[in-house]
Amino acid sequence: MSAPATHTILSLPDQSTAKMPKRHYLNNEDGLLSWLLTGDHKRIAILYLISITFFFFIGGAFAGLIRLELLTPQPDLVAADTYNKFFTMHGIIMIFLFLVPSVPATLGNFLIPIMLGAKDLAFPKINLLSWYLYLIGGTLTLAALVLGGVDTGWTFTTPLSTHYLNTHVLTAATAIFIAGFSSIFTGLNFIVTIHRMRCPGMTWFRMPLFVWSHYAASLLMVLGTPVLAIALVLVALERIAGIGVFDPAKGGDPLLFQHLFWFYSHPAVYIMILPGMGVISEVISTFSRKRVFGYSAVAFSSVAIALFGFFVWEHHMFIMGVSNYSALVFSLLTMLVAVPSAIKIFNWTFTLQKGSITFETPMLYAFGFMGLFTIGGLTGVFLGSLGMDIHLTETYFIVAHFHFVMVGGMLMAFLAGVHFWWPKMTGRMYPESLSKLAAVTTFIGFNLTFLPQFILGYLGMPRRYHAYPPEFQVLNVLSTAGATVLGVGYMLPLLYLGWSLKYGAIAGNNPWQATGLEWQIQSPPITANFIETPVMDHEAYDYEWLEKKTLNEVTTVG
Amino acid sequence: MDSAIATHPHTHETAVHADHEHASLPQHRHHFETEEQQREAGSFGMWLFLLTEIMFFGGMFFAYLLYRNWYYPAFAVASNQLSVPLGAANTAILITSGFCMAVGVWAAEVRRRKMLVLMLVLTTVFGIAFIGVKADEYHEKYEMHHIPGADFSVAQFVNPAAYGIKEEPLNPDMAQKTEIYFFLYFAMTGMHAVHMIIGIVLLFWLTHRAWRGDFSSGYVAPIENFGLYWHFVDIVWLFLFPLLYLINRHPLH
Repeated sequence: MSAPATHTILSLPDQSTAKMPKRHYLNNEDGLLSWLLTGDHKRIAILYLISITFFFFIGGAFAGLIRLELLTPQPDLVAADTYNKFFTMHGIIMIFLFLVPSVPATLGNFLIPIMLGAKDLAFPKINLLSWYLYLIGGTLTLAALVLGGVDTGWTFTTPLSTHYLNTHVLTAATAIFIAGFSSIFTGLNFIVTIHRMRCPGMTWFRMPLFVWSHYAASLLMVLGTPVLAIALVLVALERIAGIGVFDPAKGGDPLLFQHLFWFYSHPAVYIMILPGMGVISEVISTFSRKRVFGYSAVAFSSVAIALFGFFVWEHHMFIMGVSNYSALVFSLLTMLVAVPSAIKIFNWTFTLQKGSITFETPMLYAFGFMGLFTIGGLTGVFLGSLGMDIHLTETYFIVAHFHFVMVGGMLMAFLAGVHFWWPKMTGRMYPESLSKLAAVTTFIGFNLTFLPQFILGYLGMPRRYHAYPPEFQVLNVLSTAGATVLGVGYMLPLLYLGWSLKYGAIAGNNPWQATGLEWQIQSPPITANFIETPVMDHEAYDYEWLEKKTLNEVTTVG
Repeated sequence: MDSAIATHPHTHETAVHADHEHASLPQHRHHFETEEQQREAGSFGMWLFLLTEIMFFGGMFFAYLLYRNWYYPAFAVASNQLSVPLGAANTAILITSGFCMAVGVWAAEVRRRKMLVLMLVLTTVFGIAFIGVKADEYHEKYEMHHIPGADFSVAQFVNPAAYGIKEEPLNPDMAQKTEIYFFLYFAMTGMHAVHMIIGIVLLFWLTHRAWRGDFSSGYVAPIENFGLYWHFVDIVWLFLFPLLYLINRHPLH
């Protein structure tokens, strides 16, 4: 159809005749209540998308304030305790209200039933409940913020959180407790849906890798989050009643809190990154026109990450006085968890090899992900080695490391996914050149922000302080400048995606010529997703099948 | 074009689905292909939810394991303050309640409405009896100043003779650790009781629906899933009872 020399696979319908479909999930019912009481997974995904975008920009504003304070060595913008509240709020909002639900609750919610050929998730009402719980959690977090803030850090470290602070620890802990249940319900829904709702012919090894990675992440949500819940309950009881479970004066052990907290919070980083890896698998395959290299290796590596992810939590505690022998074991296990991540990166690279690569916006973000996640992951291996960890822990090296994974990795993946599926979700294209500009801006801004922090950390600048010795200023100024660029990079999509809702080109059903089931239905989809239950009669990422199918259509019409 | 992927001829499965459709229950939700699928999804979801519950209680069991190893003498002495007969009676009550629930699930499956209602009522009654006994035990602990917090007193463990208790006195440092034991006792049994109360509230609702005849026409998923939940709560107690009440009651003692 299109000449082989084109630099894009984008194929839009003829704009002079193209029309949006008459009936789709967005206009199927009208009125605010039809949204607030909806059971449609696609609408809930949109509700989630709006809410997490809201919280992302609040969390981002705190990041901006932090970088602004760190522009100069002196504590001149805010007092020390206000600064503590800033980074606590930044952490709580970004982790619990943005990163954890980011891809699963939006793209996952929207796509998993469609990718499996189902009409909805197994439990639509629980899905809606999960969004309301998220909102309650979010509102309580904002309440804690407005009432005067909380300054424990997102880790609620005892005895700081139980004995020494009179800020709104309880409000924030309740918020996270509730938001945690929202995440449990999402995970539970996904697991049941993936087990029980696959369409005829959709075997486990025909599922898109996006679904596999969500399956692994859901296991972590379901198994890990309750442990965080109980840890927070114990912190609350310790704070209210002084029951002594974490209080050394009464025989309690603060380290117990660390074990319980990190038993969730380490797997939580895989909850955050795994769905992003699923997005990358889809994007890389589509824009190289090739089946993902080593499909089953990539699928199993997701499960392996989930499995190993549960046995590495103590690497957050190497300097907290744990036994040297257990530290050795956990150091080894930490190295092991890098293996499945590396399998993914290598397989994506082999997918690119000899592929017909094109550089649309989602692909640019995906390339950003691969580079930045690799740096983030490898520095994680540095930190997993005991000697290096003692030197680098509690410095900006840690900050740079997890921002490379979470922002450079996950946020890039999230934006890749939002751009990739935007035409499916809204039926309209975003402006291509502007979005490429945003992707490049984000990449440059990100590196400018966080590469200097690796050096700062290596030189010994501790994290969580609002002031620092003057010799660190140059690198800090670079970092703040980068954060500004990054901020612009994130504002751009907000603006042009909003613009595209009304003025974007009409996308048609399959603008990327992708193979997934979601691309074979209308954009935006109808409420029931499929007119009749699909039958999966080919492997995932089968571009020959797609070509044959397209040819058949042409002949039939002709 | 939308149906293009469904070009595959109708397979055996789709044909079977079509056969089922004429007999669909009113409770059948549109997004499930078959009732079987709906029922399986529901019970699988319940099992997963119970898995999260295990992890939730697991945090407290982990704390118990740690502190019992560290402060065994305090745990043993404090455990002797609990009434084994009351605990054993409660165990029996709860098992009976669980038995009634199991019979109830069976009654729903064979569509016996009155028997189901009776069994749900019995389940509720035994559940409430359990909570009553538990409340009595809690009240006694309150009178003895064994509730952790500002009011907690270790006097009985430092000087048991003065209170007429036949125990070796603990040194004050170890006696202080009984607070941890009692905290775990209250946290674990309290969390268990919260689950019981939620269960009892659900039982009222289910009994009402069973009376209306909602579960007399082959739709038993809520009864079945609630049964799973109720048995889970039973099982948690079956762990709590020996761990909290019977710490040092082995023959060698």
